[in-house]
Amino acid sequence: MAKLDLVMFEEEYGQLQEIIGRLQMDSASKVVFLVDKNGQQIAASGDVRSIDATSLASLTAGNVAATDGLAKLIGEKEFSLLFHEGEKDNLHISIVGKRGILVVIFDQSSSLALVRLRVKKASRELAEIFEKVEQRAQATFNESSNFESPFSEITDDDIDKLFGD
Amino acid sequence: MTFINYASREINCKIVYYGPGLCGKTTNIQWIHEQANPEKRGKLVSLATETDRTLFFDFLPLDMGMVKGFKVRFHLYTVPGQVFYDASRKLILRGCDGVIFVADSQRPRLEANIESIANLATNLKDNGYDIRSIPYVLQLNKRDMPTAASLSEMEELLRFRNEPVIEAVASKGIGVIETLKACARQILMELQRS
Repeated sequence: MAKLDLVMFEEEYGQLQEIIGRLQMDSASKVVFLVDKNGQQIAASGDVRSIDATSLASLTAGNVAATDGLAKLIGEKEFSLLFHEGEKDNLHISIVGKRGILVVIFDQSSSLALVRLRVKKASRELAEIFEKVEQRAQATFNESSNFESPFSEITDDDIDKLFGD
Repeated sequence: MTFINYASREINCKIVYYGPGLCGKTTNIQWIHEQANPEKRGKLVSLATETDRTLFFDFLPLDMGMVKGFKVRFHLYTVPGQVFYDASRKLILRGCDGVIFVADSQRPRLEANIESIANLATNLKDNGYDIRSIPYVLQLNKRDMPTAASLSEMEELLRFRNEPVIEAVASKGIGVIETLKACARQILMELQRS
């Protein structure tokens, strides 16, 4: 495979959850999502039931990828921040580390300035964790390894079962 | 790039449907969406033009069930087939785990299929993948059309690596699930190896 799989363990997952939970409180926002650049949701905090999180993750990644393409067209490395202003709700989208996207949905009970301020701090912390995840993946890959993957024994039967055969 | 979450015990895989304009990529995932158990499928998101041509992508999340205690979820994407949307196609391949190439069997479209596979090879390479090793399935769609080329002729033109070949009529659902399954099998076997 071209790139290492993103493997998230409970320890890091708990840390990510804690950071975005805090960000959601501190920024007085409605929902905070952390998604990966390929469109998969990693973690969420706030009133997530009100939103189709899977579609949000996929569309956000598409949006960021398209904006990335635009940036390169005009000679920029990336646009690290996207902001969409609605009548009631606003979307603040920012890049975290190499592969994360932070999405903050907020209304008039917060403000763009407050969200930006809080996002900045949280982004640094999140980037550190992503870095750790990446390093561990690399180390596991290099040692190939003491870590016993639960998928080493997937059989044809397992796959048939997925398709209800 | 598969996303394995040990905390929520989930595996997420991204599968991209590729192929020339009007070959039936969207029809494939629309059919899957219609047939799938509503509890297991997510919303079908289509970013299309007013004339229903795919503008950016279609997206369908599918919960497949459990493997080794992990919930397996497939994210199905289609690319826009029209030649001038190449920049978008490249973006959608980012982070994919497998590709399904949907070929149009109609004789006048044979050339378009060949061009599209060449384009796929380039775009995969730009994303750091090799078309000769990524999980890959060739679907020959529109087998019911009067101008459809023969199976052997199409294989000779389009098959290049001993990949599974599935004959399909996506509008009637023929071959659609078999195609997805052939791709899923390769992805999960890849997971086993890595």
